[in-house]
This record gives sequence, C-alpha cells and structure tokens, in this order.
Amino acid sequence: MTALRTWLTADTPTSRNHARAIQAYLSWRALASNPLTVMGLLIVVLLVVVAALAPMLAPRSPIAQDLTQRFIEPGWQHWFGTDEFGRDILSRVIYGARVTLYIVVLVAVTAAPVGLLVGTVAGYFGGWADVVLMRLTDVFLAFPRLILALAFVAALGPGIENAVLAIALTAWPPYARIARAETLTVRSSDFIAAVRLQGASGLRIILGHVVPLCSSSLIVRVTLDMAGVILTAAGLGFLGLGAQPPLAEWGAMVSTGRRYLLDFWWVATIPGLAIFTVSLGFNLLGDGLRDVLDPKSS
Amino acid sequence: MTGSTAKTTGGFGLPSRHVWAVAKVVGTVLMTFLGLLLVTFLIGRVVPIDPVLSVVGERASQETYEQVRREMGLHLPLWEQFFRYVLQVLRGELGKSVLTAHTVVDDIIRVFPATLELATMATFLGVVIGVPMGVVAAVNQGRWPDQLVRLLGLFGYSMPVFWLGLMGLLLFYGILGIAAAPGRLSFHNLDVVESWSGVILLDAALQGEWEVFFDALHHLILPAAVLGYFSLAYISRMTRSFMLEQLRQEYVTTARVKGLSEARVIWRHALGNVMVPLITVIALSYANLLEGSVLTETVFAWPGLGLYLTNSLLAADMNAVLGATLVVGMIFIGINLLSDLLYRLFDPRAR
Repeated sequence: MTALRTWLTADTPTSRNHARAIQAYLSWRALASNPLTVMGLLIVVLLVVVAALAPMLAPRSPIAQDLTQRFIEPGWQHWFGTDEFGRDILSRVIYGARVTLYIVVLVAVTAAPVGLLVGTVAGYFGGWADVVLMRLTDVFLAFPRLILALAFVAALGPGIENAVLAIALTAWPPYARIARAETLTVRSSDFIAAVRLQGASGLRIILGHVVPLCSSSLIVRVTLDMAGVILTAAGLGFLGLGAQPPLAEWGAMVSTGRRYLLDFWWVATIPGLAIFTVSLGFNLLGDGLRDVLDPKSS
Repeated sequence: MTGSTAKTTGGFGLPSRHVWAVAKVVGTVLMTFLGLLLVTFLIGRVVPIDPVLSVVGERASQETYEQVRREMGLHLPLWEQFFRYVLQVLRGELGKSVLTAHTVVDDIIRVFPATLELATMATFLGVVIGVPMGVVAAVNQGRWPDQLVRLLGLFGYSMPVFWLGLMGLLLFYGILGIAAAPGRLSFHNLDVVESWSGVILLDAALQGEWEVFFDALHHLILPAAVLGYFSLAYISRMTRSFMLEQLRQEYVTTARVKGLSEARVIWRHALGNVMVPLITVIALSYANLLEGSVLTETVFAWPGLGLYLTNSLLAADMNAVLGATLVVGMIFIGINLLSDLLYRLFDPRAR
C-alpha cells in the first residue's frame, strides 16, 4: 500500500503511463479532499446504481395500478406513499432514475462532440469558417434554453426522444464557445506547428492534437451543465412534453401531483425532491471538478 | 452565462471608434435577429402537420388544395418562403392563433404586461436582497455568511422552479393560509380596474383602486418571490466575485489608510465600482427570468406570455408558439444589447 502510494506520488515519473497514473491520483486526492464534491460524486454514483439496479431495488412495479391503494400516506408499507392510481411512488422514483440518466447520457454524448467539433474547427481554421460557425452559435445562444427546447418539441411532437433531441440542440453552443477559446490558445503553439510541418492534415491536427487539449475544460462544463439538462428535461416533463405516461418521469410525476397538492402533498413533493437532489449532485461535482481540473477559473 | 453580444474592453480615444464599435454591436444584433428568424422559420417547416390541410380540411378537392397551397406561398422555393416570412415579421404580422382566434400580435400585447409585472418584481427582489448578500459574503470570505450564501446559490441552481413554486403554494397557501390562491386577482376584483397599461399594480394605483392594488400585490408576491430566488442566486454569486476583485485593489487600502469607516469603504467605494458590471448581470438575470416565467406562470395560473406559450404548445397552435418564441428571443437579444450599451455609457474605460 505504501509502496503504491510512493509510486503514485513520485516526483519523477519513469514512463508515460506512470505520469498519467500520478496525475490521476493527485487529481483524485484533490477531489476527495472537498467533502461537498465527494457528496456530489456520491449522489451521481447513487443515481447510476439505482438506475442500473432498478428492477432489484424497487419493491413494486412502477406502473401496476391498484385502485384500492390510492393516496396512501408515506409509511412502512409504502415509504413514499402511493399516487392517484395506487402506484408505489418509491418504485416510480427508482425507475425514474433510469429516465433521467438516459436523458443526461444521451444529451452529453450528442451535444458535447458536436460543440467540440464546431468550436475546434472554427478556432483552428479561423476566417470565414469561424465567422459563420460562431454566428450560428450566437443565434442559438440568443434563445433562453427552455423556450427553444419547447419550440423544437412543439415541432417534433412530445416524447422522450424528441425531448432529448431538443435539449441537445440547445446544449451545444456553450461547448462550441469553450472549445473555440481553448483552440485559439493552442493553435499557434510550437508543437502544432511541428505537427503541421510534418504534413499532418487539418482534420488530423484537430482530432489528434487539439481536441484532447480541450477535453478537460469541456468535461467540467458538461458536468456542470447536466444539472441544467435535468432541470430542462424535468420542465418539459412537467409541461407534458417530455416522457409520456405511464413512463415514470420525475417532472411528469410532479405535474400529476400538482392536481392533488393540497390534499396529498407527497405525490408532488417527493419526485421534486429527487430532481433537486440529483441536480444538486451534478452541481457539487461540477464545482469540485472545476477547482481540480481548471485552476484558472476558480 | 449566455452573453450573445460582443464583450468590449478597451477602445480608448477617438469618438469615431466608439461609434464604429456601437455600429458593430448593432450589426451583430441584426445578424442574430436574422438567424433567430431562420430558426423559427425552419422549426415551422419541420412540423409534421400539413399547414394546407389544417386550412382546407381533409375533404377538400385536389384543386382547392393546390389553390390554397399557392395562396400560402408553399409552392415557392424555400429561400423565397423565408424572404416572405422575414418581410411578414417586419410588417408585424405573426399570423393568427387557432386557439384564441385573435392575431398572435394582439394576443402577445394582451398577455405580456402580466409577465413584465412578474419579472420586474422578481428582479427587484433579487437585486434588493441579492446584492447585499453578495457584499456580505465577499466581506466575510470563507466564513459562515459566505458559506450560507454559497449554499443558497447552489440550491437556486439545482431546484426545479415549478417544484419550488408548488412547495411555496403548499406551505404559504395550503398550510399557513397567508398567500393568495393562484391567479392574478381575487374573483371579486376581476374587471374592477380598467386596463390601461395591463400592469395591474400600475393601473390600480393610477385609478385609485387601492383594494385592487393590494389584492394584486398579495397575488404577486409569492410567484415573484419564487422566481426572484433564482435571480437572487445568480446576482449574489456575481456580486460576491466582483466585490472580492475590488476589495483586493489598492484604492481600498488607500481609503482605509485615510481613515474612512469600513462601512464607507465597502458600501460606497467598492460597491460603487461594482455597479457597472452588475448592470450587465442584472440585465442578464432579467432576461433569464423569461425562461423561468414559463414554468412559474403555469404553476401559479399567471396569465402571461409563459402560460400563453404553454397553452398554445399543448394545443399545437404553431403560429402562436413560434410568435411567442420569436418575441422572447427578440427580448433576449434586446436586453443583451441594452446591457452592452449601458455598460459603454457608464464605464468610461469602455468608451
């Protein structure tokens, strides 16, 4: 154990992988030293675990209705109570983690690469490519996010896939901005010039040398954004434009609970708490990651 | 955050350069506006509903169908349709709403004051509470007031606005009974005040109907507080970081050495210098409230632009949806432009 630690904290790395391991270990130590970040990480891990093991963790089916069991208060039988169809809210919240994770992951893997590509291409080539791509980015930034997503969903029709598409379409512009700024700082450095002199194509330079350098600030931004994505998705669900019933989506669950708010408080309150917790988790984790990976901005 | 207009630093010297910079900003805004139109136009084109069918009905003959299609200009190439659309918008025509049977422009003019009233009150609360909070946090950097402000801010960034609204209703209306029910006025006060500006507080005050005024205020305070919390989170965070920057400057030390009281140093000297960048922040948060207002208005049955937008959405009333989206986008650009110009006006370095 101590041998491993000495190896991981060595001042002079002996190989490239050794250097990477040291880097990763030090970043991890910095992350783990902040209790709020650890809490954020735990929440996110919990979300993933709950989503993965939903069928095992959920005490009941999330969609099975039992009209004799309507609006039961939270208690031993049903920890979070039941809703207007007698469905167990705990089970629905657990299955809802899957929907949330699905949205978050899909948005991250679609919006981040698009933004990264647009930003690096604009930044690397400059000139007209830069002007056109950045104007396009500005146009998308000119809308409040939820409103643009609403308009897209209105055009595409409600549903979880369309909600993901709409959110992804509104999420990429900030990534493009960041990637462009990072690209501009490395574009004129010597190692890029060296690669270019060796005859590498523009695409090769961007993908092989610029993109990896932009990744760390992008990861921070994506993590911080996930809270916003969750809130937007929940907002769409709340308005009835996201996941459709009987799928257990937290925003839509709050929306049904709204009708019974004054009589049966738990139906709306508990799914909302789930949204709040998960989004807080991503915010805490993102804040911590920013301090570790991107010391400039703190 | 989403500052769409160009950030300006420097630009000393000749007034002509200043004019040039402003012209450049305006040019950017015009480009963005055109892009905005392109986006709403394209969204309108991908709708799976056939716009011709919704006019002529399913039983129309092929001839009628073709005729209407031509009348609507749908046989033209896409770029020409877009050109027509731009001209239409410039003439102030956004089409007719299927849901309300009025023109979209009339509808928006009717509902907008309610949103304006809500967003203004929310921003007011956000500034009045958020700025002092940010100052206190900066002065006590690292101690508990700072942590508290940070936590409040984090909660604000993580909480779904519609849920906070519902919890507010549950607590203050349902349990404590001190807040008013959803809506803008109590039933017996509806239509008492003539609508002059559409902003009920203003109209009631001008017409001396104080009962209506206080009723409206009573209804306004909870939604405005919910919405204001989000601008408070943002404003206090930004105020804190601006203040930290100022408190490190040498003039602060000078002021202290001169023997000025600490309160004067902080609230007059440092805060005075923070005011200019704060204008941009406040403007941005004002614009962001438009977004929050969609959900807040739905929760509180507040008859503004947000509720109009969601109702049109649920009824698949595309003219109204795109019109409202366009208006929101325009306001967003407008506020950004305004904050940029104000910044130039107040900050001598930007001139």
